[in-house]
Amino acid sequence: MKGAHIVIECLKREGVEYIFGYPGGTVIDLYDALFENSDITHVLVRHEQGAIHAADGYARTTGKVGVCLATSGPGATNLVTGLTNAYMDSIPVVAITGQVPTRLIGKDAFQEADTTGITMPVTKHNFLVTDVKQLAMTVRQAFHIARTGRPGPVLIDLPRDIQMSKADFVYPETVDIAGYKPTYRGHINQINLALQALKKSEKPLFYVGGGILASGASEELLEFAERCDIPVTYTLMGKGGFPETHALSLGWLGMHGTYCANKAIMNCDLLLAVGTRFDDRVTGNTQTFARQAKIIHVDIDPAEIGKNVKVDLPIVGDARNILREFLKKAESAKHPAWHSQIEQWRTEYIPKCSPSDLLLPHQVVKTVYAYAGKDSILITDVGQHQMWAAQIFKVDKPRTWASSGGLGTMGFGLPAAIGSQLGNPGKRVILFSGDGSILMKIQELVTAINYRLPLKIFVLNNSYLGMVRQWQACFYEGRYSCTHLENPDLAKVARAFGAVGLTVHSEEELADAITEALQVSDRPALVDCRVSREACVFPFVPPGKSLDEMILE
Amino acid sequence: MQHILSVLVENKPRVLARVASLFARRGYNIESLAVGPTHDTSISRITLVVRGDEDILEQISKQLYKLIDVIKVGDFTELSYVDRELALIKVNAPSNLRGEIVQTAEIFRARIVDVGERNLMIEVTGTPDKIDALEQLLKKYGIVELTRTGRIALARVGQPL
Repeated sequence: MKGAHIVIECLKREGVEYIFGYPGGTVIDLYDALFENSDITHVLVRHEQGAIHAADGYARTTGKVGVCLATSGPGATNLVTGLTNAYMDSIPVVAITGQVPTRLIGKDAFQEADTTGITMPVTKHNFLVTDVKQLAMTVRQAFHIARTGRPGPVLIDLPRDIQMSKADFVYPETVDIAGYKPTYRGHINQINLALQALKKSEKPLFYVGGGILASGASEELLEFAERCDIPVTYTLMGKGGFPETHALSLGWLGMHGTYCANKAIMNCDLLLAVGTRFDDRVTGNTQTFARQAKIIHVDIDPAEIGKNVKVDLPIVGDARNILREFLKKAESAKHPAWHSQIEQWRTEYIPKCSPSDLLLPHQVVKTVYAYAGKDSILITDVGQHQMWAAQIFKVDKPRTWASSGGLGTMGFGLPAAIGSQLGNPGKRVILFSGDGSILMKIQELVTAINYRLPLKIFVLNNSYLGMVRQWQACFYEGRYSCTHLENPDLAKVARAFGAVGLTVHSEEELADAITEALQVSDRPALVDCRVSREACVFPFVPPGKSLDEMILE
Repeated sequence: MQHILSVLVENKPRVLARVASLFARRGYNIESLAVGPTHDTSISRITLVVRGDEDILEQISKQLYKLIDVIKVGDFTELSYVDRELALIKVNAPSNLRGEIVQTAEIFRARIVDVGERNLMIEVTGTPDKIDALEQLLKKYGIVELTRTGRIALARVGQPL
């Protein structure tokens, strides 16, 4: 069998439904092998970065491995941002790149780039295949590494001659990698110590991250939190891991997290951190973060323990396994005093959304949530709109929210929404974007139209690079250097591509536009919401400050 | 504090680049690095000399373990171990001083491995301290060229790593 066919055969065995990609000279054999294949759908994007974000969005919202394909050189380098994005958020993606024939490697051949060298620091692992006999095992290992342990992106660089040469096809039944043995079971002594600490705690708090979703631990988390009466706060990546409308939910924490969650962090006596990495946008000043608390850190990646914050009790292992162990032994508890304190914080400060003649961005999110929120999948780009969406749009189920957390990649949203819609046919996929973000990957509207994807796109358009402008307003005396964006008419742009394009200036128009957009079933609808230009996201913990030093308005 | 790390890795292309790039990316400093295959040709041993406090060392070791090709990471600091370095030193050696240089070399159990009209080449193995000391003594004659391998180390018998 030819190398190219071996790859496709392996992908089938791995259960791949979609490949997001863009053809080129060094992957022409792979595309030829795809030509006669009906089991895997190739989705033609308009830029390779779109391919990997789509694969990433597909992975986030389905829990499966996302796959993308690009040619050598510029095709491969266009994947770098997406690989970094997936790496920072621990998303399982397998990227396959073409490479110049092995005899030309190192000769600066046409469209040659040292892809494995370039992507080494932004992938969980990568491979350069130099022997067709190793090909099946390499693909098998790539999927295994991507989806197990702490998930992440894996890249396979595939020289053209390897795709063309032949080998017998044998798909390896098992994978055994000497240096890769993730720990899934938590140490039982550590688990017992954690439960003892919990028994003594009067003000316990869960702080959970994307690991809850990666390990599928949502049900266990809910059961445990309810039984032991523990409030839950979560990161941007953990959104959806715990039902946001639940009474124990405090909303998310950190720089733009809720007042209540940030207060709770600063006052709890026991912090149960699960599947989260103490990112600086979450902790603020690490010296003061949860300073009154004993910190228990559950994570499958030992390198996360103690990386940013000193931990009193580490438990290495899979979040779901460990929470199950917790559930076997934990007795039910009540913390009425702690909850009444929390209720006080909950009502003490509510971000203001004062009436205005202008269309307020928060109001747009609120209205979209009211009309279309239930059972939708929410995707965002990066910027102020992302923060408002995370604050206001409540998500109750795992994998119904996807946003670029660690890398903060503007342009992530539209392609991620495409991947998400393909992976969840029949579900309503809503994208919130900003005028800056949407223009970074607007060409993927073509992809969404080609595949008749009924995405609901709401652009919070303030003609500013809003988040940077907010920082300029708060920390640079309002010197708005290069943050004003002169934009085209986005609704017209959408219509030119072949989508539905609407413009909204007021709340009344908004309701009509939402209703109209919701009715479109065969193509994307983009609603350009011309919002108040200088609205800021509050609360706001200035970078490096303590979580209780929030700017409230 | 200085630590000697012994890292067993798959003997494959790019593994050294992965390790070195990890240090560069995370801002850890490498004082010396030596690499070569072990008796099992599928496995190489990288000996790293690094400096840092306990927290940094813990992170370095954990981050190294995250690399798929890394099989085992050991820190020799708490163990009893043997470490060696090899240096080749080309030194100015006019005929009137040659005897003196040869004598110095002998004291260090170094060997003269090449002789020219003006120069001698000396081979010396030992702990880095010993090589430093010899280097210091030879400086007054004028060192023409010098190369050191970086440290290699093994834990003493009964403490395999």
